[in-house]
Amino acid sequence: MSSFWSIWVSVLTLGTLVGCFLLLRMCLKNFAGVEEGESMGHTFDGIEELNNPLPKWWSTFFLITIIWGFGYLLLYPGLGNWEGLLGWKSSNQGILNIEESKAKTAEYLKEGSNVLVEYDREVRRADEKYGPIFEAYAARDIKELAADEEALKVGQRLFLQNCSQCHGSDARGTTGFPDLADKDWLYGGSPEAIKQSIMDGRKANGMMAWESALGGEAGVKEVAAYVLSLSGREVDADVAAKGKAKFAMCSACHGQDGQGSLAMGIPLGAPNLTDNIWLYGGSPRAVEASIKNGRAGVMPAWSNILGEEKIHVISAYVYSLSQD
Amino acid sequence: MKNKHESLEKNVGRFFIFTIMAISIGGLVEITPLFFQKETTTPVDNLRAYTALEMEGRDIYIREGCNVCHSQMIRPFRAETERYGHYSVAGEHVWEHPFLWGSKRTGPDLARVGQRYSDDWHRAHLIDPRSVVPESNMPSFKWLEENELDGELTAKKLEAFNFLTRNRSHKDEKGNAIPLYTAEEIANAKAAVKGKKEMDALIAYLQSLGHALR
Repeated sequence: MSSFWSIWVSVLTLGTLVGCFLLLRMCLKNFAGVEEGESMGHTFDGIEELNNPLPKWWSTFFLITIIWGFGYLLLYPGLGNWEGLLGWKSSNQGILNIEESKAKTAEYLKEGSNVLVEYDREVRRADEKYGPIFEAYAARDIKELAADEEALKVGQRLFLQNCSQCHGSDARGTTGFPDLADKDWLYGGSPEAIKQSIMDGRKANGMMAWESALGGEAGVKEVAAYVLSLSGREVDADVAAKGKAKFAMCSACHGQDGQGSLAMGIPLGAPNLTDNIWLYGGSPRAVEASIKNGRAGVMPAWSNILGEEKIHVISAYVYSLSQD
Repeated sequence: MKNKHESLEKNVGRFFIFTIMAISIGGLVEITPLFFQKETTTPVDNLRAYTALEMEGRDIYIREGCNVCHSQMIRPFRAETERYGHYSVAGEHVWEHPFLWGSKRTGPDLARVGQRYSDDWHRAHLIDPRSVVPESNMPSFKWLEENELDGELTAKKLEAFNFLTRNRSHKDEKGNAIPLYTAEEIANAKAAVKGKKEMDALIAYLQSLGHALR
């Protein structure tokens, strides 16, 4: 803050406090020209105004708040560039990037620093308490963690807070958002794959819209019929047979037998079409819509938001859901 | 002795002036200096201007009153930063006209909601919030899926923002201000949004929130 504004703030603030004091002092005097407790000489609707003094308790408290104000301004940063005797700050304002924020925090938390950032202190207190717990979890294998009830509770809590919006509070998913409690995986159900999915997110290569490539509505219906037949659903055999011929186009991602990209060992995100599990709905209409318009699911990346240690615990929780 | 208070109490004009003086001190101390502070007028390093589509989405956000229930201001409390990310700083908001900080927190804070959910999630959630968050009390905004943008005013909006932020934009190496939008971007603004659904614009805006500090 430039010295002009610093002086501006200080003068106005202190001036107001002094002004309040002078006003109070003036009002404590009897300047009405009438004895205290006597009538002021006018009535209204039979109510007479008396010259009563300010209540003593009230004026005392007013005085105390003024004195308090001076004390506060001495200890805390209120007067322009004056940082206060306590060196107290609520947060690191004026930062231009995250690194700067972290650097300031580290500087202020150093031994011997005379600045005390309330937020950083709060975070440090929490880290001292929870840090070792997460550190211990992070050092353990996800499979082992998935058998630790305490860790699973922590993982579930984090899941409910951060993941349930899409995957549901029971992790059963909904249309467009995968069920995490079954054994059907788009990008792999191993502890490592789950953790990677959460850390870096997943962006499906994206199924393109196939309507024109398949020769319009009829082609879409044929392929849909064939796809449904892969899961053992009852379909018109003739239509499905025509669809089978066209399925070659789909096999690049879904595999020749429709078992999905994961079965081929490539995490493209193309689902298995033979297990009767449908991310976007398994009705003929829903499958046709998927083929016609394409689909592209996105799992956001969480490493920046949650950090690896917490994701490690969430991974264990998610992994545990599909274990018998 | 004359009653000094009478001159105030019996003169509305004089009383009005003294009242204004008394209540303006708070603003003069707490607000006016902020217009001239470096830390409240310098954009954070990674701040970028809204694209034309995001700008339209922002206006839909205002039109539908999203800011009535959602704040965009993460306070420096651990309970908030654990849930939403780094607390908000002034430099993220220097180009906002008007600010959409909000004042009521019925729904979650949205200051860093960008990239947290997929576009598909936002679409499902805006059409029917209960389809993804069963306990939600947010209204449905399904008409956004039907309304189309015509882009008639988009270029003018970008120009207006160029004007409003002229003293607070990024600077090049020589210290010259870089306007938020180039002439080309303004010329292409209409084409960039025309025919898009309001839903697309709003989602684009939501996905941009918090980009500057994460």
